[in-house]
Amino acid sequence: MTTESAATAGTTEKQISLPLSKAIEISFRSLRIRFWRSLITIGGIFFGIAFLMSILTSASINEALVEGGSPQVRALLEQKGADGDSATQQVWLVSLSLLVCVVGITNAMLMSVTERYREIGTMKCLGALDKFIIQLFVLESTFQGLVGSVGGVIMGCLFMLISMMTSYGWDPLVLFPVLDVAQSGLYSLGAGLGLAIIGALYPAYRASQMPPADAMRTEV
Amino acid sequence: MTEEQTAVMDAPDTETQNIVRTRGVKRVYQMGKLSLEALKGIDMEVQRGEYISIMGPSGSGKSTLFNMIGALDKPTEGKVYIDEVDVAQLDAYELAWLRCRKIGYIFQTFNLIPVMTALENVTLPMIFAGLATDEAIDKGVDLLTLVGLGERVQHKPLELSGGQQQRVAVARALANDPAIVLADEPTGNLDRKTGREIIELLRELNQEKQVTIISATHDLKMLDVSDRILWVQDGRITKNQRRDELDLDLGQIGAEEE
Ligand SMILES: Nc1ncnc2c1ncn2[C@@H]1O[C@H](COP(=O)(O)OP(=O)(O)OP(=O)(O)O)[C@@H](O)[C@H]1O
Ligand SMILES: [Mg+2]
Repeated sequence: MTTESAATAGTTEKQISLPLSKAIEISFRSLRIRFWRSLITIGGIFFGIAFLMSILTSASINEALVEGGSPQVRALLEQKGADGDSATQQVWLVSLSLLVCVVGITNAMLMSVTERYREIGTMKCLGALDKFIIQLFVLESTFQGLVGSVGGVIMGCLFMLISMMTSYGWDPLVLFPVLDVAQSGLYSLGAGLGLAIIGALYPAYRASQMPPADAMRTEV
Repeated sequence: MTEEQTAVMDAPDTETQNIVRTRGVKRVYQMGKLSLEALKGIDMEVQRGEYISIMGPSGSGKSTLFNMIGALDKPTEGKVYIDEVDVAQLDAYELAWLRCRKIGYIFQTFNLIPVMTALENVTLPMIFAGLATDEAIDKGVDLLTLVGLGERVQHKPLELSGGQQQRVAVARALANDPAIVLADEPTGNLDRKTGREIIELLRELNQEKQVTIISATHDLKMLDVSDRILWVQDGRITKNQRRDELDLDLGQIGAEEE
């Protein structure tokens, strides 16, 4: 069945495809052409994830200090006390900042969809399936999420380490809980990517549902 | 002469020839409580290899008809057959395949993807169709050379003139060797001379590659290259003329367009 005459095989097998490499190329370029706006979206993710990461890092370092810190450091920690209230407050703040992040991504993506109304319609006229359009937008957002999260993880971790070193001297660096922090880093990265994808879903879906006939219209 | 009546009547005998056929196509646009019947029952057929112009005043329903023939929009009522396949029966994949492989579209506003070079614009439909990148590039360069842009393969749309962009669009429409090329006012945004060149290019393609061309326009220059002209008015086909009948009432056409 598969080895029918090669010439007719192409027409009987109604396959439409967009290779991932090509999709990545297209979405990457769409980002580059809207560089500044992408940068703002990336910035949002960056700060949200940096905040999350700094809090996770702080918790890990605190734990390490309680276990192995020098007597003075432990005394300092004792003085501050395990502040339950501020911990829940921090959770709230982080959640809020991440929420703002998603809303920012969705908003930027919706703008981008509106702007590219004709481009999307044209692609559909050329034979793009709905899922190609979704793929392109989700990829775009994933790039932004990746860049923002990697930056945020590094930034959040460094910031917290330095800030704790100013309070506790060399101990936080010496006792730095590499494994714990690395794990937090992975979680934060995952969170950043996840948020970027969630934020892009609705705009991408909207784009994919655009009727191709709209590409023909001269107005709008 | 009421040629359109007879043309419709004797169609059923030669249906295998028809690459496009519509039966009682209506399209109602619903805008809140208001409904507007843009097409009021269109019966037409186009034979393989024909060059058809759809003429009519602004708002007469040319673009709407166009979207029906191009499987870009669904009729509210009636049927559209492409290659004798009822378009309404196709699923999303088959529809995409039809748009990708069977039909090439040319728009008044060119509609090139701005972030892509001329060559990438032309190769995109080939990539969708599953052609290997190397093959697509070779074919894309050939097509761009054919439309006279062999030197400008790497230019972005914004670095090209309107006429050149439309040439790229023509090359893109031909990417997957479609049976039909649909053009909605392809010369609408071009000056007289450039418009003429695009029309002649389409005519050459029609004659050399046997591509069926259906073009909506109110550009009278389109008339003398067309095999047949469908006149649309207020959502109906009011006249169906072959070119040889055209010379007789050319005066009348001039009067109508005024
Ligand atoms: N998406 C739409 N929603 C509502 N009404 C529409 C829509 N598209 C077209 N119409 C209406 O349908 C009628 C036919 O429009 P169409 O665009 O088909 O005309 P046309 O012949 O292509 O005109 P032109 O020469 O100006 O392009 C017009 O009255 C128009 O206002
Ligand atoms: Mg129109």
